[in-house]
Amino acid sequence: MDSTILQMQDITKTFPGVKALSNVNLSVARGEIHAICGENGAGKSTLMKVLSGVYPHGTYEGKIVYEGEEMKFSSIKDSERHGVVIIHQELALVPHLSVAENIFLGNEQERAGFIEWNHTNAEAAKLMARVGLDEQPVTQVGQLGVGKQQLIEIAKALSKDVKLLILDEPTAALNDDDSAHLLGLLRELRTQGMTCIIISHKLGEIEDIADTTTIIRDGQTVETLDMSDPASDQDRIIRGMVGRDLSQRYPEREPEIGDVVFEVKDWTVRHPTQTDRVIVDNASLEVRAGEIVGIAGLMGAGRTELAMSVFGHSYGRGIRGEVFMDGKKVDTSNVGKAIKAGIAYVSEDRKVYGLNLIEDIRINTTAAGLGKVSTNGFVNGNEEIRIAESYRQSMNIKSPTVMATTGNLSGGNQQKVVLGKWLHTAPELLILDEPTRGIDVGAKFEIYQIINQLADAGKAVLVISSELPELLGICDRIYTLAYGRMTGQLPRSEATQEKLMELMTIEKEAV
Amino acid sequence: MSVASELKDLFTKNLRTSGIYIAFVLIIALFTVLTDGLLLSPINVTNIVLQYSYVLILALGMIMVIVAGHIDLSVGSLVAFTGAVSAVLVIGNGLPWWVGLLAAVGVGILSGVWHGFWVAIVGIPAFIVTLAGMLLFRGLTYLTLSNVSLSPFPSEYQQVAGGFLNGLLGGYGYDLFTLVIGVFAVAGFAWSQIRSRSGRAKYGQQVEGLALLIAKIAVVGAVVMWFFWQLATSRGMPIVLIILGGLIITYHVVTTRTVFGRHVYAIGGNLSAARLSGVNVKKVNFWIFINMGLLAGIAGAVFSSRSNGAQPGAGNMFELDAIAACFIGGASTTGGVGRVTGAIVGGLVMAVMSNGMQLMGVDQSTQQIVKGLVLLLAVAFDIYNKRRAGAAR
Repeated sequence: MDSTILQMQDITKTFPGVKALSNVNLSVARGEIHAICGENGAGKSTLMKVLSGVYPHGTYEGKIVYEGEEMKFSSIKDSERHGVVIIHQELALVPHLSVAENIFLGNEQERAGFIEWNHTNAEAAKLMARVGLDEQPVTQVGQLGVGKQQLIEIAKALSKDVKLLILDEPTAALNDDDSAHLLGLLRELRTQGMTCIIISHKLGEIEDIADTTTIIRDGQTVETLDMSDPASDQDRIIRGMVGRDLSQRYPEREPEIGDVVFEVKDWTVRHPTQTDRVIVDNASLEVRAGEIVGIAGLMGAGRTELAMSVFGHSYGRGIRGEVFMDGKKVDTSNVGKAIKAGIAYVSEDRKVYGLNLIEDIRINTTAAGLGKVSTNGFVNGNEEIRIAESYRQSMNIKSPTVMATTGNLSGGNQQKVVLGKWLHTAPELLILDEPTRGIDVGAKFEIYQIINQLADAGKAVLVISSELPELLGICDRIYTLAYGRMTGQLPRSEATQEKLMELMTIEKEAV
Repeated sequence: MSVASELKDLFTKNLRTSGIYIAFVLIIALFTVLTDGLLLSPINVTNIVLQYSYVLILALGMIMVIVAGHIDLSVGSLVAFTGAVSAVLVIGNGLPWWVGLLAAVGVGILSGVWHGFWVAIVGIPAFIVTLAGMLLFRGLTYLTLSNVSLSPFPSEYQQVAGGFLNGLLGGYGYDLFTLVIGVFAVAGFAWSQIRSRSGRAKYGQQVEGLALLIAKIAVVGAVVMWFFWQLATSRGMPIVLIILGGLIITYHVVTTRTVFGRHVYAIGGNLSAARLSGVNVKKVNFWIFINMGLLAGIAGAVFSSRSNGAQPGAGNMFELDAIAACFIGGASTTGGVGRVTGAIVGGLVMAVMSNGMQLMGVDQSTQQIVKGLVLLLAVAFDIYNKRRAGAAR
């Protein structure tokens, strides 16, 4: 057998008006984990869609040689028949069906049109054991967490006799534990001879797991790195991705910290439907003017729940505790009151909670502070455009005008629109929940700069992030949250990933 | 930029919204030819206004319901019920005509409160709530009327839908008052266009060329004046057109210029984002349904006036006409998209089609089939456009 399983030669793909890929070459060796890196919009996903037949043969130029033969995939089904399976970033599972039903969805174990349930469940159990998923085959998928759902996707791929597995951002929504498990699984599959292509923004992960890394920039292959070479480190990859040296991933800042602006005391929140579950337990915290404070915690620790419950009781039930702004107790029992009190919450998932994607930048910018551009209930459209335009320029939002639909913007630009929307409400405290998730390196730096400018302007900033390096890079002080409890706080000078991790994993009994 | 290229730009950029206007013109042209010009005769233009005004009134409320991501199936029954209440008071109990009108509107508002409570406060999908309402209010109609028709209304009451304001400024073979209203309408349009243009210019935004502005005003002015001329040479200014015109302007302004209108679009576009931006979703939904009830009450008054009585089966399928008008007019089935002007033109497309086919003597069954197909094609066109926009990304 040939040692090269896949060669994509001179792949060019054009959309009306845009050349998404231009003469891209990719060569993947048998049995390796091959990472593909690039900024958002560089063409990684497009390349994988060409490979998996989402864009069928004939809609692109170039040649795909797989297992020594030229392939002309006409559809996903076609590529899957040859053992090329892609797992998309957005999981394609049906929540109300069982694990086994999902694994064999579209590939039902049938005889004469009737499903053989025993066979289905038994086969599913075998596949689940292979991916290390400790659940019953009949469990509904919707009851499982994202990490386990990701494993089901892989089991589904294995059921199709996959030889080349493509994973698009597999760990983007996973916590560290689940990510580690997934990466371990990929290593194990490698020893069984499977070839993997993995697209990821998490460079640490790539450094960890990949044998080879191909970097794509602006629709072109930049280089292919052998990861066993010690010179192929994260900085090297970043340099290739952005085409310049990012000597610093976090901008410098001299903090000038003032009085306490925002304070939460003895905050307790219960689960909205299972009211016996305490999600946030007696948490207290404070943020000073000009200070950037981080909240670190594992997934499920109650970070987002804490923020959302403070912000207009948008999450949870049976909420107890007090919120103070500038030393005065404030009522934040609905979003309107919270905004009036000077709090802004930039949500975790901008597409679901942050933006109206079918509307333009202008309308999204003023959505939370519409009162400021209206008199007697009438909106001043011209004033609105002026304000949106000023944010568009000051934040370097890349779009022709403020009339551009936000659904068409890249992740980084969308995030800037959301930031603009909340700055327009003139808050004293900004809560930023995963402010750089799914954003490429260059745009991340810009977002950090905006955060720094806000702090320099005397605002209090509270940042929630799953990425510890990010918290360490931008925060002056970091709280840790574990199982709904505040387990500690560290100033920047003392904080390290190890110390934070230790505080983040303190179990309930130990507190 | 030349006027022609600017115009082309205007249409191609807004194909989705301008498509309906083009379709409207084509349909008018088609039926004018098919009916040998009868469609656009003065008497028939007046007829179209009288005959379809209540569907347009319903469409005004329905477009807000649909933009917010809901649907209202009850409005046909509400038209019947509000008309029935009015008839029982005026015809059955001999109360003055205006008590009937107020009662119809009041009952409409109360029904809206009922729907609003279940949708906004309890949180039951509007489809279910208004499906229940459709049965409930139809039943109440039967009960109110004891299952028999009531007629006739006093002549003042009949004026609402059948009356004309004419002769106020004298008649000379045409009604001067009607033409004056027409002139005011054109002047108002021109004034609002110029004002908005100068407002934009003041803020340093790009504005359309002066030539295009004048061309636009001239075309709209010509069409509007022709329309009013047809009215003036027929029977004068229909009272119901004044009501309808006032409502259209009001709702156009509410949806495009007010905070409330913006909130309606925000809820339909992304409910979670709207909620986290401080929009009081419950309150907005509540008012949307109260407003729908109010308009159903007005439509009920107009319809009972036009049919000069109340029938247990009145208003049957009106909800579907109103919903169809919105979707033909470019509203999105998933919420967040839709315009008052679109819904009105969508309603007029249906009106012209029905009227044209009636003039041609096409039977009821064929009319239904054609209307159904047009609705399907309109939404198919909308989806095709969206896909094209998506592929271009």
